[in-house]
Amino acid sequence: MTEPLLEIRNVETYYGPVMAIRGVSLTVNEREIVAVLGANGAGKTTLLKTASGALDCRKGQIIYGGKEIQCRDPDWVARQGISHVPEGREVFPLLTVEENLMMGAYFRKDSDAVADDIETVYGYFPALREVKGQMAAYLSGGQQQMLAIGRGFMSRPKLLLLDEPSLGLSPVLVTEIFDIICRLNREQNIAILLVEQNANLALQVSTRGYVMEVGGMVMDDDSETLLESDDIKEFYLGKKDEGARGLRRWKKKKTWR
Amino acid sequence: MLPIDDVFRLTLIGISQGCAYGLVALGFVLIYKATEVVNFAHGDFMMFGGFAVLTFSESFGLGFWPSLLCACIAMGAAGFLVDALIMRRIIGQSQASVFILTVAFGFILRSAAGMIWGWNPVSIDTPFDNEVTIANVTIGAERLAIIAATVVLCTALYLFFSRSRLGIAMQASAQNQLAAYYMGIPVRRQVSLVWALAAAIATIAGAFMAPITQLDTNTGFIGIKALAGAIVGGFGSIPGTLLGCLLIGVIEPFADYFFPSIKGVSAYIVMLVVLFIRPEGLIVQTYMKKV
Ligand SMILES: Nc1ncnc2c1ncn2[C@@H]1O[C@H](COP(=O)(O)OP(=O)(O)OP(=O)(O)O)[C@@H](O)[C@H]1O
Ligand SMILES: [Mg+2]
Repeated sequence: MTEPLLEIRNVETYYGPVMAIRGVSLTVNEREIVAVLGANGAGKTTLLKTASGALDCRKGQIIYGGKEIQCRDPDWVARQGISHVPEGREVFPLLTVEENLMMGAYFRKDSDAVADDIETVYGYFPALREVKGQMAAYLSGGQQQMLAIGRGFMSRPKLLLLDEPSLGLSPVLVTEIFDIICRLNREQNIAILLVEQNANLALQVSTRGYVMEVGGMVMDDDSETLLESDDIKEFYLGKKDEGARGLRRWKKKKTWR
Repeated sequence: MLPIDDVFRLTLIGISQGCAYGLVALGFVLIYKATEVVNFAHGDFMMFGGFAVLTFSESFGLGFWPSLLCACIAMGAAGFLVDALIMRRIIGQSQASVFILTVAFGFILRSAAGMIWGWNPVSIDTPFDNEVTIANVTIGAERLAIIAATVVLCTALYLFFSRSRLGIAMQASAQNQLAAYYMGIPVRRQVSLVWALAAAIATIAGAFMAPITQLDTNTGFIGIKALAGAIVGGFGSIPGTLLGCLLIGVIEPFADYFFPSIKGVSAYIVMLVVLFIRPEGLIVQTYMKKV
């Protein structure tokens, strides 16, 4: 087996005195899509922020391409080829769409290739081409999400960290965006660590999945297996017999405990 | 009624004064946008910059323009280091400690300037010591020079921030610092560069103000009026800041003329009035963040 592209080993991250993730481990191989599921507050965003250097972990290692990268500055991590598309898009509101995309490629020196990649982004998201001169603040939520992903691609990363790309989007748009995520993975050979609330879609596009709960990893398996697992069905897909769902949620013991 | 020539003269004086405030306020706003820190020592940067020009021209025998250039570079480097060595460490601490720190810088700069250059007002030799007559009104060339300097500098800044990659990246960092980090933009270095830029602009302001107000250790208190102008314009927007400073600058000579007993406070009265009517300032850059 070749070594994984990203390996997170027993990472602990704190907000002040509060431990937000406790000894979490995870691997992402090259060209793979890995999903991380979990309820609100489980620590998914914290995990991604720790991986990209926005938060420092107190314990554990983050190994990327064979090198330890924990506790480095996020701009340095980005330059190593990890692109973080944050929760809530976080586009640059007063820059135009095209300027936002250019900023994604800020540290690249190959300006011709950057121009080509802007075209590539417009190819994936034709809706962005039509608004390329507009300020990002005035885009719709869906367009902003496309912009955030496109901007994340502009650095030509090896690994894309995607934090809830489906947040607040219509089902049609979600399908569309997941489609592009798969194409980015396949056509551009980008490995993707995908954090999602939409467990069904996330498990369909990913090869493996992890489940987080109150700061820890509670499950990990092939996505197909997870899709079939009773716990996932019940707690994330809401597929159990509808009537008793509310009751059962609290009564039934989860198998991983 | 005031004769029309006097109106014209006071207006010209007001515009030049407003430009002076604007040059100083630019530095406040640039640093504020980049770091959300109001640098209360900024006026003293200006004073120090003015003295630096003086040193380069008198001690090193350089002409005005080379002295100005050298002083800008020296002050820029100092501004960079102030951020890189000191401010960077304290950012994220309480607003109060940052406030006190910048106020303390001001005191340090004033006493340092007093120790180096003495406590008496001095003047700088500039190429603008003649008088110019426009339509019956005679006015010092130094007043027109400061207007020209402001126009040139603002145009240059506009082009820098809207066209150059570095300028756009500085805007990006100011708008969303964390996202800028995620893009691999070296945000810390850019913040220090903003401090350098602000210090260099302050130096230009100091050099162009010196022939008008003379230069002494207290020259930096003009910074407070510039700050009032920036607040009038809606702190955070550069066009707004310039507009606010021009407004304060133009009202000032008229107010001083008609109400000499309250000389010097009109700027603050304007600020209060504007804040009452439009608490957010004249020009606001707003947008709603989408969820
Ligand atoms: N800035 C912060 N300061 C203190 N605690 C925080 C902060 N951000 C998050 N937390 C806490 O850390 C825990 C994990 O938060 P995190 O944002 O990582 O969850 P999440 O899984 O991304 O949730 P969501 O699905 O709502 O985005 C939560 O209990 C939260 O209260
Ligand atoms: Mg989250």
